[in-house]
Amino acid sequence: MHDFSCPRLRKAFHSATSLTAANLVLMFVALTCSQPANAIPAFARKYGLRCSACHETWPILNNFGLKFRDNGYQIMNDRDAPIWQNPSYWPITFRITPVWHRVSASNDVDTYSTTAPGVITGTAIQQISSSGVDLSGLDFHTGGTLEKNISFFVLPSSDPTAAFHFETVMARFDNLFGSPWLNIKLGRFELNNLLSEKRMVGLTDEGGIYQTYHFIPVADGNIFGQMGDNQLGIEYVGHSYDDRTRISAALLDSNDGNVNLTLGANSYSGFFTFDQAIDTGKWDVQRLGAYAFAGEAATYYRTLGGVPIAGSGIGNKSFYRIGFTGQFYFGPHFDLNVVTQHGQDNAWFGQGYGNAVNTDGNGGTLCSGPPLTNCLANNTPGTTLPIGSQAPVWNGVTFEARYVYSPQLIFIADYELEKMSQQADGPGFTGLNPTGAPGPSPSNLGNINNYNALIRYNPFMTSRAGLAIQLEYTLFHQNGTGPVSPITGFSTSTNSNELLFALDIDY
Amino acid sequence: MRTRLHKWFLLLGAAAFFALPLTSRAQLTTEDIASRDNMESHVAGYTGHVQDAAYDYRRYCVGCHGDMGDANGEVAQWLLPPMWPKPRNFQLGVFKCRSTPTGTLPTDDDLFNAITRGFDRSAMPIWNQFTKYQRANLVAYVKHFSPRFVTEKPGTPISIPPEPEVTPERIKAGREVFARVQCWKCHGVQGMANGPSASTLQDDLGFPIAAFNFTDGTRPKCGDTDEDIYRIFMTGLDGTPMPSFADNIKPDEAWDLVFYLRTFMQQPSKAKEIAKTLNLKPVSANP
Repeated sequence: MHDFSCPRLRKAFHSATSLTAANLVLMFVALTCSQPANAIPAFARKYGLRCSACHETWPILNNFGLKFRDNGYQIMNDRDAPIWQNPSYWPITFRITPVWHRVSASNDVDTYSTTAPGVITGTAIQQISSSGVDLSGLDFHTGGTLEKNISFFVLPSSDPTAAFHFETVMARFDNLFGSPWLNIKLGRFELNNLLSEKRMVGLTDEGGIYQTYHFIPVADGNIFGQMGDNQLGIEYVGHSYDDRTRISAALLDSNDGNVNLTLGANSYSGFFTFDQAIDTGKWDVQRLGAYAFAGEAATYYRTLGGVPIAGSGIGNKSFYRIGFTGQFYFGPHFDLNVVTQHGQDNAWFGQGYGNAVNTDGNGGTLCSGPPLTNCLANNTPGTTLPIGSQAPVWNGVTFEARYVYSPQLIFIADYELEKMSQQADGPGFTGLNPTGAPGPSPSNLGNINNYNALIRYNPFMTSRAGLAIQLEYTLFHQNGTGPVSPITGFSTSTNSNELLFALDIDY
Repeated sequence: MRTRLHKWFLLLGAAAFFALPLTSRAQLTTEDIASRDNMESHVAGYTGHVQDAAYDYRRYCVGCHGDMGDANGEVAQWLLPPMWPKPRNFQLGVFKCRSTPTGTLPTDDDLFNAITRGFDRSAMPIWNQFTKYQRANLVAYVKHFSPRFVTEKPGTPISIPPEPEVTPERIKAGREVFARVQCWKCHGVQGMANGPSASTLQDDLGFPIAAFNFTDGTRPKCGDTDEDIYRIFMTGLDGTPMPSFADNIKPDEAWDLVFYLRTFMQQPSKAKEIAKTLNLKPVSANP
């Protein structure tokens, strides 16, 4: 059990009788008892740098951490190769997060007769809340250099039931020909997003992802086009010596990072980024950038017995996402991160064609037949789009504001808005739209408003281990994807919220 | 009786002799350091202030250099010389990389450049992602740890004559200088840091220190331009066994030595190209 070194903190924890009181006490004590932050495990053990050197708060990178990563996990001091380390050094860190959370979401529920016990009289929409202690998955981060200017990162990651997959596996050649402008990596990796989703500290279901990075229109079949997911491919990264200017171009399999060439095989996409930082003196460094993500993904999977065959995807259709990124610092304590997105999928994706292979997540196929059950839309020969089909188009924006009181205490607030500007079921569409109603989709179908706020406090950090105490609240709203209204028979909005208290363990 | 007193005097004298250097390393108090909170730097177009660097120092520097700037940060104990040099003790006010003569304080520009450049073969990273304003503040912060910056002024930067054209004659002359001032004693006759004194080198605090190996492709700690190399042996690296040769080498000879040293280094240079045609033999270790 951790021994809090600040007596006020220990006393406060023993005396707090309610969650609210405990949180207020935590905030107060955190503000008054902050200790110097020390190093994080994997790289800090190697370089003797505190975690605060690379992170605003672990794992969010600051400018130095970004440069360290761009240099292939090297500080470029001619001591980066493993040969200079103690032979017992092994660059590995594990992270797991036990949480208490309360999740509340709108649902359809049966209503019962008050006069005839056990007789269902209909349905109603109710908010169902559940709470309890839960677990995150377990991550093993191992990365660093194999030799000077040859780096790697491997991240076996599990879900809460300990079912593992490889979240990240990549090897990289850094500073080819002695130039920071020439770096190549191959494998499965996070896209070069300036605002990294893999490094965000949000832990709730909806606040633990960036909606902008994952948004697709309701009933859209494009399994790809998800900037937040790690992808398989090859990436070129270049940056200036001081990392003020950064560019990248990645050629990716359009299969959303799935291995074994199962989904969307035979199609590729490109992801391009550019950003430029500007020295603004007392205001710190401001960074502006842009990205473009464009490519093709399959809509037609050849079949056997009517069942789509994994890896056989053809009939590629196009999609793109473009946007701007900004990282604005207002002195050392406050920064605002902004990501915008304008996205479009081909009309075929909009009608649900894309990943026809319905998997169980373990390599098996759920779609079976005949009679075909669980089969998703497949653009087999002769298929035509319904009248009124059009390419879905949308715009989105993410704002993330951070107040770093000290390297040990950070406050973060996010607001995200995703808004459709053109639905896939347009004028002239006469079928049932995704809400279950006939005719064109409502213009606001799928729109998202997401709010997230958190406090993250590290009562201590050492170069061997770390612990973060986190309190977080998320409010999520999406039009037309919620329970079916018993009155109209059409889908209503999804409204959910989540309160979370977590102990983020890092060793 | 007289003999016994004599022995006691000798003993006390010896103790005083060995204790003297330690007095200069005496730990300063927080109050003493705080008394210099008004220290400023003037560099890169900014006036740096101590207070404005406190946050950055705590975030980036304190792990090695310590809260008091005494090189006693938590990770300092894990930095084992000579492979990982100990962090700089700012309280002593002694700095390797200067543009000023040996024994004098560095300029604000020198400290600014040191932060910007970092130190190869050490745990000191390249901090060039900081804004110039941040670096100017950190220079003031580094200075405020040492009372020397109150009682003394920085030295006047040495003047470096324009770099002449490299010629075979100059490279040969540089070889003679290399032999005459006995660079080889530490750096080895082929610049491989394996001279007869190399294994015995210690810095002023008694930690083992390695001579620079010109041949392994690494960069000199205080910069890798020709001008930087010139400056290194004309100012010396204070706190290390590398002395200043300003009294032993004329400016023109210093450029000759730069060109000769370039022939050892992996980095491409005109001197290296010319040297291939000269069939130069290493200097003799037994002249």
